[in-house]
Amino acid sequence: MLNVGALNEGFVLDHIEAGKSMTIYHYLHLDKLDCTVAIIKNAVSNKMGRKDIIKVECPIDMLNLDILGFIDHNITVNIIQHGEIVEKKELTLPKKIVNVIKCKNPRCITSIEQELDHIFLLTDPEKEVYRCKYCEEKYRGK
Amino acid sequence: MRHLMSPLDLSVEELNDILDLASDIEANPKAYAHKCDGLKLATLFYEPSTRTRLSFESAMMNLGGSVLGFSSAASSSAAKGESVSDTIRMVSCYADICAMRHPKEGAPLVASTKSSIPVINAGDGGHQHPTQTLTDLMTIRSLKGRLDNLTIGLCGDLKFGRTVHSLINAMIRYPNIKFVLISPEELRIPSYIREDVLQKNNIAFEEVVRLEDALPVLDLLYMTRVQRERFFNEEDYVRMKDFYILDKKKMALAGPDMLVLHPLPRVNEISVEVDDDPRAVYFKQVQYGVYVRMALILTLLKWRDTTC
Repeated sequence: MLNVGALNEGFVLDHIEAGKSMTIYHYLHLDKLDCTVAIIKNAVSNKMGRKDIIKVECPIDMLNLDILGFIDHNITVNIIQHGEIVEKKELTLPKKIVNVIKCKNPRCITSIEQELDHIFLLTDPEKEVYRCKYCEEKYRGK
Repeated sequence: MRHLMSPLDLSVEELNDILDLASDIEANPKAYAHKCDGLKLATLFYEPSTRTRLSFESAMMNLGGSVLGFSSAASSSAAKGESVSDTIRMVSCYADICAMRHPKEGAPLVASTKSSIPVINAGDGGHQHPTQTLTDLMTIRSLKGRLDNLTIGLCGDLKFGRTVHSLINAMIRYPNIKFVLISPEELRIPSYIREDVLQKNNIAFEEVVRLEDALPVLDLLYMTRVQRERFFNEEDYVRMKDFYILDKKKMALAGPDMLVLHPLPRVNEISVEVDDDPRAVYFKQVQYGVYVRMALILTLLKWRDTTC
């Protein structure tokens, strides 16, 4: 069993679908944080076979985890304080996503007005469909 | 204050009120000739349009108001790089209500978030065209006497045809509506209409390629133009543009009460020989468009005054 040092304060993102950890690394802008980040790929999992894990040592208000619900709401978020798990966060699909994904419709107003926020709204929670607020184009990159 | 971005911004009751008002305007135009004295409509048209722009201008003039605006992006500050948000802030100081057409989808919605006057979406790319829908609904209600229990054929460019998307959204709110979607494979209805509107609401529909197969069962045939400006590739446009041509021979397959509507302009999709057929109502539709835009302007101005 690979052992990466225990956290004092931060997050452990567990049950990430194998191979998705780097996507999450970029969505959470972890590359911009000046703190310790451990990425564990292809760890053995009873539940999933293989999984990825990300450990982030940082103050717990530093990350916006809402976006995780959009990427994969099956991820387990453990919040660590003083070396202990103090909370397991349930992820839900965010109703609105701002400036995380971009509308790719060349006919959308966001394609020519650069200062506009790229806003996607959850239009079908069952099928996890997000559509651009402006042109209603379905986001297909997920 | 309310804006109109999509036909669904209006409840069925509000929509019926607007259609009732439009019918009253049709019956008593003189009674409305000074309702907008001293008020101004801005027509911000970032892409060419004859019918919609003139219809809005005619509507405001019929109400005693005046009109200002531009009819192409080249003759506006957009050519200098001004954003839609900045333009509407400026126009809000000049006019009382605004109609905006823009080639980019969602542009009127952006404008509405920064506007201090009601904004009417007069067509945004291939997305929505709510005032054409109001026109279509008024035409159907006036000439068919109802908006329910109809089998509606939509023919032509169902992919980029915004009038079709708006009409579907509006008609599904009435009972017992069935659609026959007639298009070439490449111009089928987009997924967000098929999945999120038709399937989600359990609306009966079928997709066919041959117009002849659909004609005998239709109460209404809504023809659309294959729009050159929506294609990125001229070759694809040329291949698609004459896919459907409605002529006398095909009209013989349709029932005696089937109405033919078209948002216009027409290119080749309806032969001129059909124009004299009493079932061809696309020029009457244009007149209804003026009445219904008059009713809409009055309604949005009333809502502005009662909620501000």
